[in-house]
Amino acid sequence: MTLKHPSTGGLLILAVIIAILPSILPNNFYMDVAIRIGLNAIVCIGLNLLIGYAGQISLGHAGFVGLGAYGSAILTGEFGWPAIPAMLVTALFVALLAFVLARPVLRLKGHFLAMATLGMGIIISIVLNTEARWTGGPDGMAVQPMMFFEYMVFGEAVWYWIVGAALLIAVWLSLNLIDSPVGRALRAVHGSEVAAEVCGVNTTQYKVKVFVISAVFASVSGSMLAHYGAFVSPEDASFFRSIELVTMVVLGGMASTYGAVVGATILTILPQALARFEDLEHMVFGLILMLTMIFMPKGLVPTLSAKFRRSPVKVEAESEAQGGGAT
Amino acid sequence: MTAVLTVEGLTKEFGGVRAVDELGFTISEGAIFSIIGPNGAGKTTLFNLITGVYTPTEGRVFFGGEFIGGKTPYNLADMGLSRTFQNLQIFMNMTAVENVMVGLHRHLDKRIDHALFRIGGMARKEREAREKAAELMAFVGLGQYVNHDAASMSYGALKRLEIARALATGPRLLLLDEPAAGLNPSETGEIDELIRKVSESGVTVALVEHDMHLVMGISDHILVLDYGRKLTEGTAEHVRHDPEVIAAYLGSEAAAVKG
Ligand SMILES: Nc1ncnc2c1ncn2[C@@H]1O[C@H](COP(=O)(O)OP(=O)(O)OP(=O)(O)O)[C@@H](O)[C@H]1O
Ligand SMILES: [Mg+2]
Repeated sequence: MTLKHPSTGGLLILAVIIAILPSILPNNFYMDVAIRIGLNAIVCIGLNLLIGYAGQISLGHAGFVGLGAYGSAILTGEFGWPAIPAMLVTALFVALLAFVLARPVLRLKGHFLAMATLGMGIIISIVLNTEARWTGGPDGMAVQPMMFFEYMVFGEAVWYWIVGAALLIAVWLSLNLIDSPVGRALRAVHGSEVAAEVCGVNTTQYKVKVFVISAVFASVSGSMLAHYGAFVSPEDASFFRSIELVTMVVLGGMASTYGAVVGATILTILPQALARFEDLEHMVFGLILMLTMIFMPKGLVPTLSAKFRRSPVKVEAESEAQGGGAT
Repeated sequence: MTAVLTVEGLTKEFGGVRAVDELGFTISEGAIFSIIGPNGAGKTTLFNLITGVYTPTEGRVFFGGEFIGGKTPYNLADMGLSRTFQNLQIFMNMTAVENVMVGLHRHLDKRIDHALFRIGGMARKEREAREKAAELMAFVGLGQYVNHDAASMSYGALKRLEIARALATGPRLLLLDEPAAGLNPSETGEIDELIRKVSESGVTVALVEHDMHLVMGISDHILVLDYGRKLTEGTAEHVRHDPEVIAAYLGSEAAAVKG
């Protein structure tokens, strides 16, 4: 029997897709959508570690995206910091905040956790709305373009590659994490907390860790979003944005890194397609969330991959029978 | 003989009901120590108290001579205390071998940077952990299920998977809560053999089990609980002839106790 490794071949496929996409996309409008898909996907990959793998809900993650965006905006705009250190320091700040919040919040379960994270997101959004001296209040604020030494990072053509690379790194980190002792501990927390503890897993500590990691993913994505869009607004941290992110994760597939990417892709494109019916957008998201939970609770990618995997598993079982337990 | 576990005046109340009532006993190193008693006698509660899942209302537990009050289950796992569950607690979101690898957790590289960037020999360490876990699965007779999803396995196989996972922690004392419940006679026979094999490998075993044939045949020492209290304890021979035990078991199990 081979002690196989979950394939990282998917990473290669994703890289190829990212590489050839610009030659297919007709204009900058589509490039813009692709960039926003990438930015959302990065948040969703982090959020999926929390929701899909560790089984803990967060209805406030847009708050961390918002903090990342505003942190970079303020540090580069008000203090004249270079973009990269601003992004890193912001991520560090968000990590610390998430760490402090995680202990009391993640002690809660089920709806209580949902409500607490919801409250957390709303508080962040209120702070961004009201601290107008720093944030520009409800109107938002302009953001300096990202400078890379003397070079100004500007335009879809450049940002596409930056976000594409960041997405690949995010997928790689997530796949690595899942397939490690830490990742199994996270999945064990989801599977059975009491059994995880008895196996020597400090479940509280791992919940805190995954919450912090997912917040950092959100923060970094937010920082890039701010520089790319050259503008931040409290909308980026709103409750509806948090719900959008959760819907992406749920639709794409719980506990599937590629599922998070697929979910982000579909639900970033959808509002563009529905642009003419703006009022419908919220309803459609709600409907998708409901329908997914009812008809496909595992989400798209796990459901489809289970369908495709059926035959290989049979082959494996047969070869095992012939191999006669040559473990 | 050295005492692995000593329990003194252990009590657990649930809203006025004493599930475990001033219980005291000692488990010696290397023994197969069984705990029997009717449904609701407090056997599972006792295991939950010993493993830190519940906090005692009163009383003290010593493991390897050390007072373990206030320790969490993962602290105790680190000290060499492991268990299985009466109602299966399998990680259904993982493969069988991954379940066992969680059992290995305390022996593995838990650094988050090593995990995220797959550095520090992580690929090799993971391969070794997987091999070790596969060996343990073979030890409990699940060699052919290594890469199966836990959710696809039969109840009997999952019972053994829990034992493999518990063994993976490297326990000094292993608590088994009804390992043969719901199994047919031939599967029960296999569990009997497995428990003996575990015991021979140097692990002290505490066994909660309703199957009297299994208990009477395998145990070095038997503790009988009723309403959370100790009814009696001693060898199978002693317990079998204790009138109080026979009285407590009046009904379906009486014949089995008498053997
Ligand atoms: N968490 C709990 N809350 C309230 N009461 C409990 C709890 N756990 C156990 N009990 C009660 O404590 C008593 C002992 O239960 P326990 O599960 O320990 O019995 P048991 O000996 O394991 O029984 P069985 O052979 O049926 O498994 C029962 O009356 C049960 O209802
Ligand atoms: Mg019980």
